[in-house]
Amino acid sequence: MARPAHRRPGQSRKAQYSLFAAYVIAVTGAVAGLLLAILSVVDPVGFAQLRVASQEITAPIARASRSAIGSISGIDDTVGAYVRAGTQNRRLRRELADTRRELVATSSLQEENRQLKALLRLQETDKTALANGYLLTSTSTSSKRIALLSIGRNLGVAAGQPVRGADGLIGRVLGAGPSVSQVLLLTDVDNIVPIRRARDGLPALASGRGNGDLDVRTLNIANNPFKPGDILVTSGTGGLYPPNIPVAIVVRRQDDGALARPLADPGKVDAVSVLRPYTPDNIEAQGLPGPAAPAPAKAP
Amino acid sequence: MNQKGPRLGEPASLWRMRIVPIGTVMFASALPLMLPLIANSPVLPPLGLLFFLCWQLLRAEMWPVWIGLPLGLWDDLFSGAPIGTAVGLWTLASIAIAYSSQRIYWRGFFHDWAIAALLVAIVQSLAALITHPHADIGRVLGLVLPQIVISALLVPLFMRLTGKFDNFRLKRR
Repeated sequence: MARPAHRRPGQSRKAQYSLFAAYVIAVTGAVAGLLLAILSVVDPVGFAQLRVASQEITAPIARASRSAIGSISGIDDTVGAYVRAGTQNRRLRRELADTRRELVATSSLQEENRQLKALLRLQETDKTALANGYLLTSTSTSSKRIALLSIGRNLGVAAGQPVRGADGLIGRVLGAGPSVSQVLLLTDVDNIVPIRRARDGLPALASGRGNGDLDVRTLNIANNPFKPGDILVTSGTGGLYPPNIPVAIVVRRQDDGALARPLADPGKVDAVSVLRPYTPDNIEAQGLPGPAAPAPAKAP
Repeated sequence: MNQKGPRLGEPASLWRMRIVPIGTVMFASALPLMLPLIANSPVLPPLGLLFFLCWQLLRAEMWPVWIGLPLGLWDDLFSGAPIGTAVGLWTLASIAIAYSSQRIYWRGFFHDWAIAALLVAIVQSLAALITHPHADIGRVLGLVLPQIVISALLVPLFMRLTGKFDNFRLKRR
């Protein structure tokens, strides 16, 4: 298209001033906006309520579209699955055959285990779950990985509570509104989770890469101890996340640690449970041997 | 004046002329949070930003340059980026478009495409850097790179869509 006819809107002083004022407002507003952005990076809690409130508006539509379509799992994952279909198929068949054999062996062990537990009168009660909901939708246009949870303050959800699915950790609650709440996913760049290797309790830190994978770094060891296939669980160190929630499986080694894939894919989980934050009060309230659980984390 | 029916040569409704562009941008900003999509990476192009840029490239001087302030604030509420990011970056983008439309004498289709793609790339990269100030810069940019490429390829489609909405906006009663 041709450029606008005149830069100056004629001889009218009023029109000239209003154009000038528009630029002044725009530049001042832009600078103020960027300052506000830096402020809300430093203090994200202050603006969380505003954001949750606005997402209450779209939540009913997300609920309706979710019940109509069902949850769409990650698009990137689907595309990748097509590319890898052939080799994956062969590998999965091999694994299936192996797993069938193991399953037969395990089922007898399971029965034995059940009987032994009955003898000891151990009960596996999970008192930490506060409420259950499902993930409605998520941010998909920015580099921040925030999902919307279908329950909010109406069921006792509050900021700082961990969220897990059946397969493993999903993330933690960032802010809760009246009927929905925001969950910062495990894979977000700013989400750091203290973990340990399930096999031997080697302590490490997992941080998101923002693209669905996790970076795992050890705290103290110079050489790289990770092997593909290592299962990582939360250690409970530092509170917030209760110990022994499955987090990720190591995919491959890297220069400074390992690359891991979360065990629970938020795009595929049906229901998630919101847990109580792991604080000293809660540990005592449960009457569980809380401090005993993260103890192996200190002795690698 | 006869208010009963449409009159010959009567202009389009003023209300519709104003509400359609703003409405499309606001709807496109909020749309990702209405879809049941749990994304593991930024997979969708920034829909609101693309419409915002396309409207300004299609209809220069339709909006005052400060329109990025309210529309950016609305986008920030839904995008997940810290509030204020789009307020600042979108406004700077519309100033850049106003400047470029003064400099380039005859803006063609490829000019529009290049300007929109460049602005999307700059805005999304800066937004990602503001969102994760402590993370490794290369990694953060690598995160938004696929999204920028997809957005750049989708610009002509969004131009077409904006054109369709523009026809609706100016349709006579």
